[in-house]
Amino acid sequence: MDIKKENSSTRQFLSGMELLKQGAEARVYRGQFLGKATVMKERFPRRYRHPTLDEKLTHRRTAQEVRSILRCRKAGIAAPVVYFVDYTTHCIFLEEIAGSVTVRDYIHSTSKTDTEKLHSLAERMGQILAKMHEEDVIHGDLTTSNMLLRTAMEGGSLDLVLIDFGLSYISALPEDKGVDLYVLEKAFLSTHPNTESVFETLLKSYTVSSKKSAPVIKKLDEVRLRGRKRSMVG
Amino acid sequence: MTIVIGFEGSANKIGVGIVRDGAVLSNPRRTYITPPGQGFLPSETAKHHRACVLSVLKEALLQAGIQPADIDCVAFTKGPGMGAPLVAVAIVARTVAQLWKKPLLGVNHCIGHIEMGRLITGAANPTVLYVSGGNTQVISYSERRYRIFGEAIDIAVGNCLDRFARVIKEMAHKMLGAGECTPEDLCFSLQETLFSMLVEVTERAMAHCGSREVLIVGGVGCNLRLQEMMEVMCQERGAKLFATDERFCIDNGAMIAQAGWEMFRSGHVTSLEDSWVTQSPCHPDLPNVQPQCMSQLAPFSSPSAHSARRQTG
Repeated sequence: MDIKKENSSTRQFLSGMELLKQGAEARVYRGQFLGKATVMKERFPRRYRHPTLDEKLTHRRTAQEVRSILRCRKAGIAAPVVYFVDYTTHCIFLEEIAGSVTVRDYIHSTSKTDTEKLHSLAERMGQILAKMHEEDVIHGDLTTSNMLLRTAMEGGSLDLVLIDFGLSYISALPEDKGVDLYVLEKAFLSTHPNTESVFETLLKSYTVSSKKSAPVIKKLDEVRLRGRKRSMVG
Repeated sequence: MTIVIGFEGSANKIGVGIVRDGAVLSNPRRTYITPPGQGFLPSETAKHHRACVLSVLKEALLQAGIQPADIDCVAFTKGPGMGAPLVAVAIVARTVAQLWKKPLLGVNHCIGHIEMGRLITGAANPTVLYVSGGNTQVISYSERRYRIFGEAIDIAVGNCLDRFARVIKEMAHKMLGAGECTPEDLCFSLQETLFSMLVEVTERAMAHCGSREVLIVGGVGCNLRLQEMMEVMCQERGAKLFATDERFCIDNGAMIAQAGWEMFRSGHVTSLEDSWVTQSPCHPDLPNVQPQCMSQLAPFSSPSAHSARRQTG
């Protein structure tokens, strides 16, 4: 059958590539595709899930990821170029962001005393996220591992690239944007302890970078209280 | 030799447990079960606990074969949980502590689950999925504290399952009436979806922290399907799953005693003035655990550090 052939074509192709890592939901490879340095993200079937649920989730996430990346790129927000999508094997072929380091590693390697460096990074992050939310793109999985820093250009602003849009969706609701920031806050503070002031800079930058930010920050404050003060019993 | 007695009654289970240097000497428990279709309310639950706590206490002492004089510390659940039941049990703990002239220790309920889980299974540094009627959190130990990497904001998984069962007939009467599906189908779908969520979030935390161990604690952790799903995920990653049975998954006194044992040996006590209970987790700006005590415990990321602490304690 044609579909089977397609299946094996992609799989065969991938087997010749270098496996970078097996993340929580996908295997990531790198190699050459149509003469370009490419990262291939393969969402493989998860055996612990019911097959119907698995297919539904996997397909939805693949489609959403691509859609959100395109929407960001159209608005001038840095995200990898999408070269090819195979919907039978749920494999996305993306531009490899060469010479980059995750924001997570960047922060880890930056001395705690180098506050200026950390705060300018936070400022840039706030700006980019404000722009993304202005496009009504909810990333859904904001962590410092999902932001890349391209090796700084001379005298230029920090070149931040957003990746991993697998849990993303489109929404204009301040609630959803607030939760998006809340997820980042939790991930940020638990991965990089004692960086509360850095995150505050991020939020301040977010606030001034977007006209629609006020209701979002208000929702963020509300969401923060929800998990904390309210007991989930009864 | 250190013996700690622990009192737990934050939800509908009232348990008194006694622990001596890692051995559970006794762990009796009673559960307040309401008629089908009804949830349990705080005042009724507190009434139930008040009625039987002293018999459970007597049972615990008898089964352990010890006298109050042998006890080194009285631990009780400080929170989180339901207000009235927490207070009812705290009063008993405070009273016996004063009667027996023993130091008091307020313990965080979630930490109780984690410490017992670690004790029973021997997991060294696991990513913990704590899922019960009242709590749903993914927790990892990092930089001298238990940290919450993810949690349900509005409702715990156990509570969600119970409530769904209660409202399903009204809420889905159109679908059920039209024969599109049965109540069993709806329950199955909810459970599969919720559990897939839990496994996925746990896996993400593991990938984020580079962890190769998973520990499931809390009442919902007794569920075999959840354990099965988690096991499959662990196998695919080359990680190990640790799960306990209903003696320790479900709220019990010994888990409070065990967490109390750890705290007591690190030099903590709770004064009478500070022995108040709290429904909600601790101060919102601090991690959702008892920060002071946790920061005193040596990091246990290396097994040797962990065993060294136990020897010198």
